[in-house]
Amino acid sequence: MATIIQRRRAVSINPLKSSAPLGAALAYLGIDGSIPLLHGSQGCTSFALVLLVRHFKETIPLQTTAMEEVATILGGSGNMEEALLNLTRRVKPRFIGIASTALVETRGEDYAGDLKLIMDRQPELAHTRVVFASTPDYAGALEDGWARAVSAVISSIVLPWSPAVTPFRQVNILPGVHQTPADIEALKDMVESFGLYPVVLPDLSGSLDGHVADAWIPTTMGGARLEEIEQMARATHTIAIGEHMRAPAELLGSLTGVPLTVFPTLTGLAPCDRLVALLSRLSGNAVPGRYRRERSQLVDAMLDGHFHFGGRKIAIGADPDLLCALSHFFAGMGAEIVAAVASTGNSPSLDAIPAETVIIGDLTDLEDAAREHGAEVLVTHSHGRQGAHRLDIPLMRVGFPIFDRLGTAHMLSVGYRGTRDLIFRVANLFMGQMHDHVPADFADVLPAPIVEESSHVSPPATH
Amino acid sequence: MSESLKAKVTELFNEPGCDKNVAKGEKERKKGCSKPLTPGAAAGGCAFDGAKIALQPIVDVVHLVHGPLACEGNGWDNRHAASSGPTLYRLGVTTDITEMDIVMGSGEKRLYKAIREVIARYAPPAVFVYSTCVPALIGDDVEAVCRHATDKLGTPCIPVNAPGFVGSKNLGNKLAGEALLDHVIGTMEPEVSTPTDINILGEYNLSGELWQIRPLLDRLGIRLHACITGDARYREVASAHRARVNMMVCSTALINVARKMEDRWGIPYFEGSFYGIDDTSTALRAIAQLLVKQGAPADLLDRTEELIASEEARAWQRLAPYRDRLAGKRVLLYTGGVKSWSIVSALQEMGMVVVGTSVRKSTDNDKKKISDLMGGDAHMVDNIPPREMYAQLRRGDADILLSGGRTQFVALKAKVPWLDINQERHHAFAGYDGMVTLVRELDRSLSNPMWQEVRNPAPWEVGDIDAFLDDAPLLVPIS
Repeated sequence: MATIIQRRRAVSINPLKSSAPLGAALAYLGIDGSIPLLHGSQGCTSFALVLLVRHFKETIPLQTTAMEEVATILGGSGNMEEALLNLTRRVKPRFIGIASTALVETRGEDYAGDLKLIMDRQPELAHTRVVFASTPDYAGALEDGWARAVSAVISSIVLPWSPAVTPFRQVNILPGVHQTPADIEALKDMVESFGLYPVVLPDLSGSLDGHVADAWIPTTMGGARLEEIEQMARATHTIAIGEHMRAPAELLGSLTGVPLTVFPTLTGLAPCDRLVALLSRLSGNAVPGRYRRERSQLVDAMLDGHFHFGGRKIAIGADPDLLCALSHFFAGMGAEIVAAVASTGNSPSLDAIPAETVIIGDLTDLEDAAREHGAEVLVTHSHGRQGAHRLDIPLMRVGFPIFDRLGTAHMLSVGYRGTRDLIFRVANLFMGQMHDHVPADFADVLPAPIVEESSHVSPPATH
Repeated sequence: MSESLKAKVTELFNEPGCDKNVAKGEKERKKGCSKPLTPGAAAGGCAFDGAKIALQPIVDVVHLVHGPLACEGNGWDNRHAASSGPTLYRLGVTTDITEMDIVMGSGEKRLYKAIREVIARYAPPAVFVYSTCVPALIGDDVEAVCRHATDKLGTPCIPVNAPGFVGSKNLGNKLAGEALLDHVIGTMEPEVSTPTDINILGEYNLSGELWQIRPLLDRLGIRLHACITGDARYREVASAHRARVNMMVCSTALINVARKMEDRWGIPYFEGSFYGIDDTSTALRAIAQLLVKQGAPADLLDRTEELIASEEARAWQRLAPYRDRLAGKRVLLYTGGVKSWSIVSALQEMGMVVVGTSVRKSTDNDKKKISDLMGGDAHMVDNIPPREMYAQLRRGDADILLSGGRTQFVALKAKVPWLDINQERHHAFAGYDGMVTLVRELDRSLSNPMWQEVRNPAPWEVGDIDAFLDDAPLLVPIS
């Protein structure tokens, strides 16, 4: 079990975490016909928007309640009401997901209560579903915001179980914030190949997979459909990925009575085996031949790839669940996690990380630890580029944000094929750094001569 | 909002150097220049964003943001303001205040410790400390902490008081200028000072644009004392009050700095632009004239004319090969201020047709220039909502869109070429050289064969697959 070290510094230099409202906005983007609304000053939205656009290279619908000085002092519920009305009139979204920010949470009003009053007195909003999640920037990170938004959607949209609910060959999937659209697509495909119907919340694979539509739509296009979210009680099982999705999954379970399984990760042979076995059990179908083949390909990739992992020193910085998934992947292939830095400390998955210590800190902590332990690769998001450059080691980009690479939405790392591809990505990174041997590499083939015995002249005088 | 900040904002709205403000009545001026924000329909950054944009290009200092994570965490290292040396400015440094700091009111203590820690680790010549909404709301006195830290630690700590909720990005630019005036400019003396020293205000060296201008000034023997703030060192800015002339670019973002430097140190200023061939020449001329008026040798004027003549000729010569390729292509220019007209003449010289230019952020002066260049105001467009712009581009109203990142996907999703000419651009478009780059990029974009291919619909969507496959007669359907 790893020792968890909380850095006691007043300053964060090169932050590792992204803020909770951003995570919530991301979750709301996985719903069809949606616009996320950040309740804060316009800068809160503008910074988040720019970052999302840089990551996905897509147009992102994201709006703000534009809190200015007077509203900040007198109260923000008027701005929230006005924003909802303006959005409804202008773009007619089917869904508006509100996430609060540090600014309005510092003021501290009962926004959920205000929202209820607004919805009651504004008939114009009758056709728009509106949910609210409390996500102050000063508490938690991307994961926490994502999970809270999903919980908010579940508690206000999902219809609780009733005798009228007809069971259906449906599996609910609650992906973590670290799943890419490609990951979600692969999971849906897997569930479907067992003759089951997947309902994914949130589903970025429909909305942020990078596609060109035939018209200009000011809301999200694709993603989880509200009608299906309502009917999550029909499922035979719920699969959640990552410890941060446990709370939303349990909330869903308590509302609907649908049993659930939380997978810490779906990267790696053993977790994939568990998933496939579970799907086979749930569906009553035998494992399709293609998975036997894919599994075999993964086993082969592990055999071919292990040469490049064994004894390698890895430094990883990420949100807790991604950190957990990646460190198990690397350690499972024989690499050594010499530096593990988590963005926040509020996750039980940190205990299980296969490293001596886990630091709760920033990219500077990661850089310092990587230098101290001689890490050979830095595994974190794009902001690690400055540190990797200073350390003169390669940067493997994972998580959010990745703004200096294309195709991040299509990077696959779950399932047999995702794990296989991940092994190749890492091995290729190391092969690209292949070192040509020089005599100096073998300087310690013989033990160094002991100084007293071999020196016949007195050592030079020291000054 | 603290009293001092309120006074600052009021003062900025009364800026006598700003034509727009002067033209307003007393009552209107009191309301300020920022348009009221509409919740649910607002775009653009906040005052903190603006302040950061204006100051971050000072490359050798630490920029420390006092606030919760998002303010710095979501926005650091996101622009291409280039440095010729130090990289300290690219660090993302924040106090990342926690719920506990807010509840216990320990924000000021945390800020002081944070300042101490960054000075211990990096020993910068100065620390710029930005206030944000939450510290402003709970009443952290950033100015007092900076004063105390400057005294105790011996490194200048510059408070930048522009919390997001006070207003727009533009107001933030100006508040950043105030911070420079109050705490930086005039606090140091330059090591050298010459009769041809100038400052450029409002140039941020995005993608290295300053380096397209600098060689021109060097050739003329004009010394760029301080660029405020592109690729600037703290010392250069702190001693900028000894320059002879200020040139103000980027419209009026730092007009308060230019005017107050004139008041305090008698440095004349003019507004100019390095976008476009004519504008670059006009700017060089204006610099030379003002310098000569300030006591520089009179031959500077002749040498400037010589350089302009030869560089203009060279630029047009470099542009000539593109004329045939670009003639007749239609451009929609969706930017603001100076750029709404400054590059029009180069595009027209290429035989391109500017079908519209937006005047959203333009002054009356800008509009007059557009009208002179394009014969009337028929081509001026205001704000175009994305849906409308998409429809126009789909219709084929323009062959290419020149704009900023916000409208990038409107063009791309309509399968129309797009070129970034705003702050996130990756190419340097300043000076004579920059105009050649711009035209080259236009050509690269327009002539890419990919456009035709992506516009072709899938064969099964236009009907007859057999017709599509009739060059392969050996394919026989199964049934």
